[in-house]
Amino acid sequence: MIVELGHFALVLAFGVALVQTVLPMWGAYRRNAALMAVAEPAAILQFVLVLASFGALTYAFVVSDFSLKIVVDNSHTLKPMLYKISGVWGNHEGSLLLWVLILALFGACAAWFGDNLPPTLRARVIAVQGSIGVAFLTFMLFTSNPFVRLEIPPLNGQDLNPLLQDPGLAFHPPFLYLGYVGLSMSFSFAIAALIEGRVDAAWGRWVRPWTLAAWVFLTIGIALGSWWAYYELGWGGFWFWDPVENASFMPWLLAGALLHSAVVVEKRESLKAWTILLAIMAFGFSLIGTFIVRSGVITSVHAFANDPERGVYILMILAVFTGGALTLFAFRAGSMEAKGVFAMVSRESALVVNNLLLAVSCFVVFIGTIWPLIAELGWGAKLSVGEPFFNAAFAPFVVGLAVVLPLGAMMPWKRGEIGRGLRALWPAALLAIAAGALVWAMQTGRSSMGPIGVILGVWVVLGSVTDLWTRTGRGAITARLGRLGRLPRADWGKSVAHAGVGVTIFAVAAMLSWKVEDIRVVQIGETFALAQYDVTLLGVDEVEGPNYLSTMATLQVRRDGALIATMQPEKRFYPVAAMPTTEAAIQSSLLRDLYVVIGDAQDGGGWAVRSYVEPFAMWLWGGAMIMALGGALSLTDRRYRVAAGARRTREADGVPAE
Amino acid sequence: MRRFALALMLIIAPLAALAPRTALAVQPDEILADEGLEARARAISRDLRCPVCQGESIDDSSAPISRDLRLVVRERLVAGDTDGEVIAYIVDRFGEFVLFNPPARGANLVLWLAGPGLLLLGLGGAYLYVRRRGVPVPVDDLTVAEAARLREVMKD
Repeated sequence: MIVELGHFALVLAFGVALVQTVLPMWGAYRRNAALMAVAEPAAILQFVLVLASFGALTYAFVVSDFSLKIVVDNSHTLKPMLYKISGVWGNHEGSLLLWVLILALFGACAAWFGDNLPPTLRARVIAVQGSIGVAFLTFMLFTSNPFVRLEIPPLNGQDLNPLLQDPGLAFHPPFLYLGYVGLSMSFSFAIAALIEGRVDAAWGRWVRPWTLAAWVFLTIGIALGSWWAYYELGWGGFWFWDPVENASFMPWLLAGALLHSAVVVEKRESLKAWTILLAIMAFGFSLIGTFIVRSGVITSVHAFANDPERGVYILMILAVFTGGALTLFAFRAGSMEAKGVFAMVSRESALVVNNLLLAVSCFVVFIGTIWPLIAELGWGAKLSVGEPFFNAAFAPFVVGLAVVLPLGAMMPWKRGEIGRGLRALWPAALLAIAAGALVWAMQTGRSSMGPIGVILGVWVVLGSVTDLWTRTGRGAITARLGRLGRLPRADWGKSVAHAGVGVTIFAVAAMLSWKVEDIRVVQIGETFALAQYDVTLLGVDEVEGPNYLSTMATLQVRRDGALIATMQPEKRFYPVAAMPTTEAAIQSSLLRDLYVVIGDAQDGGGWAVRSYVEPFAMWLWGGAMIMALGGALSLTDRRYRVAAGARRTREADGVPAE
Repeated sequence: MRRFALALMLIIAPLAALAPRTALAVQPDEILADEGLEARARAISRDLRCPVCQGESIDDSSAPISRDLRLVVRERLVAGDTDGEVIAYIVDRFGEFVLFNPPARGANLVLWLAGPGLLLLGLGGAYLYVRRRGVPVPVDDLTVAEAARLREVMKD
């Protein structure tokens, strides 16, 4: 019964989304307040209905209702509760429902927090958001319905893929989707603005928090996925330039660019057309990502034929929304007149460079991702594009961004001088180069990547600190420290997020260049050396888990005789899914992770053991979290507390600015 | 082993083409005693794609054919081949599909040059745009009413 109600709610949500699309759009065109007023209740109702539907599906998973096909395929009674719930989005249909739920949530948020938008803009934003809902709800109802029943329910399910039975992966998709789908808000704002024919500073101010929120969620989602890959994978890799990873990375790059160009629109009323284009492209790449992942067209060209209906449908959604948006853009872009004037050397120009590097790097990732497809369709060549290409083609952009970042962040609006920026930043530059030289001298015969990473990381982090410190003005240190605390949250957010970029760049370079690896056969009781550590294999036991069997090794790690860690890597076997998994044992500390994996028993006795020292591993995800924290700090800036902000500006009218 | 990507696929795509995978790719018995040769073997295997897997290098893959290829790479190295000769030996037998780093010649030049090309184009466009923004737009004159109001204010 509950499942049927969920199904029914989904169909109703489709009807509501249709109303939400048509009436407010028509109302805004006719300036009809009554029709426009339909937008908010419709958006909220759509959200409530999709939420009810999602609740019903979750309920089916929780009680293991095996009359539902999706539950049979992805669940099992013995599975821990957390994974029963995460199983809801651990499959195509359920994850699509989560997608639509988040889409409806953002639409409802526009209704809840959009009080200060002009009524026509608000109606149009919510209508465009509704139209995306219509597209995806049809897709779901006609090709990927999660509420399909089985005529003869089996006694038990086939279990969720064991790889997905992991806390990191339980929370990875919701964050990723919050990011992907969050970009739909920027898209809706862009389309609404194109229809209105007006983009001004206020528009920039409205669109920025939505983009920022999407970017923060995307950052957390990608970092969670990468972290999960690192500990679940078995040899500490964290990024593979796989099409599916690239699918999440491309919107992240464009959202980063959009974030910065929206600042220019807000503060200086320039780059308007470009910002609109970025907003369209960012969501377009979210859709392309959805297409890549769900059609299987790129990972394996042949998988496309297995599910042509889904792939073709998403391609149609992509074509209609991106194509339609770009056509609208072509007609209206000319009417967006830029106001702000700025010199060649200025914050505006620096942000143009930022946008250029981010957008072109996104394009490089894109062309690398689809090149095998182009080659096969174009001239029948079967080829691969992988890590070596992406590392070589993408790294220069990272270096360029990192070099320009501190200079650009401190550049004044309108007109700046390179010399003045350098005067404030020379201590940071000097320290960065000194640190790089030190590391170069210390490391023995390895690549130059490590020292370059150190230089860039220190430069960006110290540059961010310098930026913040310069903002406190002149005077005694104590006075400046006091002012530091009173700086706007947006300033703090900017510096924190930039510092996070520096930390991440450093950590990536460190992990790629200073990792220590050891693969060997170890007898029980034997001790081997791993860098400065002594590792002893104490024993290997068979252990039974809730829904798996485990081969668990116990190892002790000592340094100069002192016990540092007892580690228990596992090899698990999930009988229901008939799949093995690897559970690495990881001991983290500030400067390095110890990482041990147990392999197969060897014919001549002993066990295969892989062990690693991963330098600065925590800094990688730490850096990503610092970036996200910076974004979140910026979001809490009082200018964005929308309603409150509007009231305050009105009160503040009498006070002269600056 | 591209398990991360695989799992992402699984989350969002229907469960398809899922082969069981075990923990270790490079086995202890494959490793060459000569550290220099072994390091070269690892570097080469990281750039070669496992012919039957979903986007894994032979260094990451636990498929039997990857193990065979890893052994072939090491055999050729021990026989005195250069890195280029080893790679050519494998490409002769499996085609360019196994190269993760497509050679920058022929049509692939487009792949390699697209990024730098677009960057140059973008820099040119950005330069023209910024130069144009540098020309001050004439400020609209005050309207009569505004001018009157300004005089009023200035009197105080």
